[in-house]
Amino acid sequence: MAYVNDTASQFPGQVHETPGGGIVLSKLDDVINWARSNSLWPLTFATSCCGIEMMAVASAKYDFSRFGFEVARASPRQADVIIIAGTIVNKMAPVLKRLYDQMPDPKYVIAMGACAISGGPFFYNTYSVVKGADHIIPVDVYVAGCPPRPEALLHALISLQQKIKSGLTREQIKTGKD
Amino acid sequence: MQNDELQANVSQLLTTATFEEGGDWLTVNVGADELLPLASQLRDDQALTFNYLFCLTCIDWKTHLTMVYHLTSTQYRHSLVLKVKLDRDRPAVESLAFVWRTAEFHEREVYELFGVDFIHHPDLRLLILPDGWEGKNPLRKDFEDPINMIRL
Amino acid sequence: MFEEQGITPEGDLIVNVGPQHPATHGVLHLVITLSGETIKKVEPHLGYIHRSIEKMCESLTYRQFIYVTSRMDYLSAHINNHACALCVEKGLQVEVPPRAQVIRVLLDELTRIASHELWWGAMAMDIGAFTPFFHAFRERETINDIMEETCGARLTMNYMVPGGVMQDLHPNFQARVKSFIQQYKHKISEYAELLTGNIIFKNRMKNVGVLSVEDAISYGCTGPTARGSGVSCDIRKLYPYEVYGKLDFEEILETGGDSLARYMVRIREMQQSIRVIEQLVDDIPEGDFQAKTKAVLKLPKGEFYQRVETARGELGVYIVSEGGTTPYRIKFRSPGFSNLSVLDKIARGGKLGDLVAMMGTLDLVIPDIDR
Repeated sequence: MAYVNDTASQFPGQVHETPGGGIVLSKLDDVINWARSNSLWPLTFATSCCGIEMMAVASAKYDFSRFGFEVARASPRQADVIIIAGTIVNKMAPVLKRLYDQMPDPKYVIAMGACAISGGPFFYNTYSVVKGADHIIPVDVYVAGCPPRPEALLHALISLQQKIKSGLTREQIKTGKD
Repeated sequence: MQNDELQANVSQLLTTATFEEGGDWLTVNVGADELLPLASQLRDDQALTFNYLFCLTCIDWKTHLTMVYHLTSTQYRHSLVLKVKLDRDRPAVESLAFVWRTAEFHEREVYELFGVDFIHHPDLRLLILPDGWEGKNPLRKDFEDPINMIRL
Repeated sequence: MFEEQGITPEGDLIVNVGPQHPATHGVLHLVITLSGETIKKVEPHLGYIHRSIEKMCESLTYRQFIYVTSRMDYLSAHINNHACALCVEKGLQVEVPPRAQVIRVLLDELTRIASHELWWGAMAMDIGAFTPFFHAFRERETINDIMEETCGARLTMNYMVPGGVMQDLHPNFQARVKSFIQQYKHKISEYAELLTGNIIFKNRMKNVGVLSVEDAISYGCTGPTARGSGVSCDIRKLYPYEVYGKLDFEEILETGGDSLARYMVRIREMQQSIRVIEQLVDDIPEGDFQAKTKAVLKLPKGEFYQRVETARGELGVYIVSEGGTTPYRIKFRSPGFSNLSVLDKIARGGKLGDLVAMMGTLDLVIPDIDR
């Protein structure tokens, strides 16, 4: 996988000691990516059962504010990442697209749970379920489970952070080229 | 009140009602145009006082539709099931929204899922389905939707 | 849907609340007509999580459709599964062994405590108090750990089957439940001091959203929503199922009809659930955990209705069977559907800030309403 490498989790830059203090040499892109990934603000978007596990991740036992996701914003204009927790149905699809359009760049999407990945348990014989949130908006990280354990969602958030620090675009990651 | 007493009382209120056997609760079959007066009498009669409608649904029996109403009384704790047989091509029945207020939402749901027309309903429009799904009654047995519905 | 008119001819403002909103507990879209800050009309638009469960269940067998129902009202997942298993057993006329009955009631009451805890935390967060949210989730985590050890999952456990329960209890179950009850009994009084005695909280809840007895019955409200107005409707007492007929617990009724009364009903219900668990956890009878049933279940031709008391009210499962392996028609009478219809009646004349308090005490879970 192109984006999971050890240098992504280290401090971006080299520190040179001088008698008066230290000098850090780095690329501006690396510093900006490092700052962005450590302070992603999620949008409170929970449609069904996975929303409860997302709330459990937000609370005291599996805290996600230690990774920078502390401020969960209600307005999409102030959010960086949207965690699609729950099933998307035909009536909700335009609402989701509108929320995604309202988010300012750079924005990221995590599809949490089987329903958001592919329709989940509601795949066969339903007339109103969208079979996967990626029919509507492009997704960065998929988390499996019904509902996924809170540790799985934390792993997804950390993977998203590594993806941002690597500095590659979605197409580059998909094709594996750099 | 036991089932046989209820049967006697209901036959007194409406002589053309027929009764079904089987099940815990008394099942009464009525015609579509006798429903509203019988419902008001069931609620107001002092010996019966069926003031609580707890389930309202419709069943599609390929040749006809049947509306099913489950009633109970909070005072005497007896229960009753009302069934109305409707024509499949043009199903229409009086609305019970002014007898029991809970029927308003339940009848909207039956209207959009089965296509039953409720006469004198205060606000009959789609409740759960998205815009543009009038006329497509998804819970009928002959509903086909090759785009949305993937059959196993 | 997006092209609503902003102002009525009388000059009132039309405002959308939701579907994406932190206080609506799911995807509920309310279209509110406001005159200043006073509410004139509330119109709920549903269907943003309509997953066509009833149509789907017509092609699933009687053993398969139970997993879907735990996703309907996911906070009382065990109780939903319990209702479906009881309805199928009614059709098959199968006797559930006593050990399975006691296990089912124990898990039901633990689920009720977990659901009321989450209601308490989420409602407090909507009103503006953030601390109870973290306390509530800490209690829920303990209950989830107990469930995970026995049932295998934290939220949507698929543990009840027609005939009993799927697997036997874990050997640690009794000890863990006893230690949880010991430390939880004292926590309830702590939480009462934290929130119930708070003067700001009381002023926000008193005389807000008054629901009269006639309205509660006519609109079909059940559960703590109706019990807060004095309507006696606890299914565990009126039509007892499993071992509820032999247990000693009270039905909580309040006569105020306002939001504070509904709040106190739920807090006292948590205490009654602890009482039920204490009576059962010490002597769970030995024996089978599942009655012997055929591999492929076929219900006889007919109709079967089963009602249970979930954390929100009365859930009814109505199965119409034609003798095959799949149900011909299933209808789930959900408690939230009727509880929501009363929101328009009680919100008129109040302020916009009171609407949040009212929705909090009605305890709505929207996937339960849309099915």
